[in-house]
Amino acid sequence: MHVRYGEIRALRGVTLSVELGDFVAILGANGAGKTTTLRAISGLVKTTGEVFLEGSKLFRRTPDGMARLGVAHVPEGRGTFTTLSVLDNLRLGAWTRRGTSTRDLAHVFELFPLLYERRERRAGTLSGGEQQMLAIGRVLMAKPILALLDEPSRGLEPVVVHELFEALRRINEGGTAIVLAEHKPALALGAARRAFVLENGRVAVGGDAADVRGHELLRVGPES
Amino acid sequence: MRFKASVFGLAAVLLVAAPVALSQFRTEQLTEVGVTFIAILGLDVLVGHAGQISLGHGAFMAVGGYTTAILMADHGVRDLWTIPVAAAVAGAVGLVAGVTAVRLSGFSLALVTFGLAVAFPALVLRFDHFTGGAAGIELAGKPAQTGHGAGVVVLGRHLSNGDWGYGLTWTVAVACFLLVRWLLSSRFGRALRAVRDDERAAATSGISRAVAKVGALGVSAALAGTAGSLLAIDTAQVGPGTFSAELSLYLLAGAVVGFFCSVRGAIVGALLLQFLPDLARLLPHVGSREAGPATFVLGLAVVLVTLLLPPALRAGTAFARRAEARTE
Amino acid sequence: MTALVQHVASGVASGGIYGSLALAIVLIYRATGVINLAQGELATLSAFGCWTLVDHGWAFWPAFGATLALSFGGGVALHALLLQPLRNSPLLRSVLVTAGLALAVNGLDTWIWGGASRSFHGPFSASAVTAGGVALSKQDLGVAGVSLAAALVTGLLLVRTKLGLGLRAVVSPVEARFAGVRVGALAAVGWGLAAALGAVAGMLAAPSLQLDPNMMQRVLLYAFAAAALGGLLSPVGAVVGGIVLGVFLDLAGAYVHRIGGELRPATALAVLAGVLLLRPNGLLGGTAPERA
Repeated sequence: MHVRYGEIRALRGVTLSVELGDFVAILGANGAGKTTTLRAISGLVKTTGEVFLEGSKLFRRTPDGMARLGVAHVPEGRGTFTTLSVLDNLRLGAWTRRGTSTRDLAHVFELFPLLYERRERRAGTLSGGEQQMLAIGRVLMAKPILALLDEPSRGLEPVVVHELFEALRRINEGGTAIVLAEHKPALALGAARRAFVLENGRVAVGGDAADVRGHELLRVGPES
Repeated sequence: MRFKASVFGLAAVLLVAAPVALSQFRTEQLTEVGVTFIAILGLDVLVGHAGQISLGHGAFMAVGGYTTAILMADHGVRDLWTIPVAAAVAGAVGLVAGVTAVRLSGFSLALVTFGLAVAFPALVLRFDHFTGGAAGIELAGKPAQTGHGAGVVVLGRHLSNGDWGYGLTWTVAVACFLLVRWLLSSRFGRALRAVRDDERAAATSGISRAVAKVGALGVSAALAGTAGSLLAIDTAQVGPGTFSAELSLYLLAGAVVGFFCSVRGAIVGALLLQFLPDLARLLPHVGSREAGPATFVLGLAVVLVTLLLPPALRAGTAFARRAEARTE
Repeated sequence: MTALVQHVASGVASGGIYGSLALAIVLIYRATGVINLAQGELATLSAFGCWTLVDHGWAFWPAFGATLALSFGGGVALHALLLQPLRNSPLLRSVLVTAGLALAVNGLDTWIWGGASRSFHGPFSASAVTAGGVALSKQDLGVAGVSLAAALVTGLLLVRTKLGLGLRAVVSPVEARFAGVRVGALAAVGWGLAAALGAVAGMLAAPSLQLDPNMMQRVLLYAFAAAALGGLLSPVGAVVGGIVLGVFLDLAGAYVHRIGGELRPATALAVLAGVLLLRPNGLLGGTAPERA
């Protein structure tokens, strides 16, 4: 895929493939093109490439169209409906599904008891970590075939980040493929099966997560 | 906005020739076009350059008109001197209304000015010891009126009341036009357009967005007040029906149609408002005295123009920002 | 004391009308980010439509229902014709379109039905009902009842149904898209619903206001004030704001000698301006963001 923001070529020839149930991490420094990749997949930005879902080519992608096809995208802002309650937010997570049961809600509340406590609260009053939990909860409600997550660990404390990745693992085990864009490589590589490293809009390194981990491109510094 | 000298010259010739060549009735119509032109000029500054909406310009006209009438009838002030006073009073009301637009989105200004348009006629009736209530204020023949209603002598020539009104109105109109042109090309105008197009950048240009927005309201309202004042002088009376609640919407419509048609749109809008009822009569099934079809056509014109034409001036985001450009 | 109760009752009745129209305004504002300046004129059009049906021999309530349905359809159509094409343009354009619409509908009303006012026979008689020693007019009770019922039905729709959830979600269109919500389609439903609520307001107001093309002008001002009291984004706030405003205006008109009938719009304007300047998030406060 190639993406331009005006004069700036944000993505040059990025090719990605994701298997069913896969867990892929997209890494790279800020501005390398991670967010752009996810947005290109969802149709938020125009690309000159092609996107295939389960073998069929997708024309004219839009975020809501993708959601209806079973692709859940959690953007950097977490996509929280700030004026609605936590409960409504979760219900909206399941918007594209035909029949939703209270069982699904119960399952989410089991996983995140804090959300149950806060269920009537306006989602805008939640902390960053809680909103991230809510976003994960919405993904759970959606039961998508593919989840795109943009830097979910941003701004969260280490303890919360660990819980987050636990939840991601569960989602993946449930059959949902995950494409995770992350700035900090360590945890992402720990959870993912495969990884790509972007640099200046290009794929610099790609392969199994274990192989990528040792690569010199990833500055393994104190922040990991 | 560059102005070809030839266009200016032609316009000047037409202006001078009109009252001589046309009937009294048409001259009166053109006088009213002049009045409307000034009011719409004000709206152009506000809508076209500052990117805001006012639904209350009829009320600002009314403020100007009644100021003039009260000064003339109760205080014997000569009509000419009341014009700047009327402009100032209307401008002040506009500034006060403008405060609501400063911190909030343009909707609040639109709502408040709508309220002004609706409430003002009722206020006129309520405070009838000032305003003459339902009967209005009669100005014909009063000592404050130049010429005392019998015509005016200018430069040795005797002009009828109608011609005098025409000349006065268009002189003021041209003056206002030049004033607005100057204003819009000055620092103030640049600040307005900067605010309209990108509020964040505007903060660095030296004129705060608050000043720009409120200033635009003030100028715009002052122009409307001038128009109202002239209307009072030309027709020699004011009453609650002179400035109805609908007038504001007509003015906005004229401004919008003009704004989307050309940069010099104010004259287009003014001509349209005046002659649309005549044009509407050309439609089949329309009776000669009906106001409905003309209003309907005007509204339709606004809708079509807004939907289909790119504006001659940009609309910008000063009014209110959309959540994100929709992709659906 | 009796007079006080009567004033409150009539205030609630007028307030119900203001609240219905305010609810329509809030729904459209939430759905498309625009304040529909034509809301009042559309309500007038609906009232004229109802009058025409009754004139042709229909009984009131069937005419009421048919008008509601037609208004709903009209609202959806207007959204498709006027708002959808402008969805990527600056908001100013959409608002100007509603201004043009207001003018066009007003002209249409005058063209079709003429400018003279006519009487509209509502379903409630003018006679009185006595409760607890106080005589309350059936008209007031009926209007209050119907408008509050309409608000209640709308509220249940918004809170209890999936459609309502979607309607509430479109206030954040970006997030709604990520969730798979068809924002355009739901906005259309929002417009239809708003048009129907406006029709309710119009048909309830017509018996006492006399039906003419400019009937709803003042009511629209009161509705704006009511919506502002509720913070412009809150459906509940709009209805409550309407009732509060209605009672306040009636009581002020009765007990404060300076505020006679002609100062009512000016008082409402003062309320509107005051709320916008001092408490732009409505009287209930809260941190509703400017529609983000």
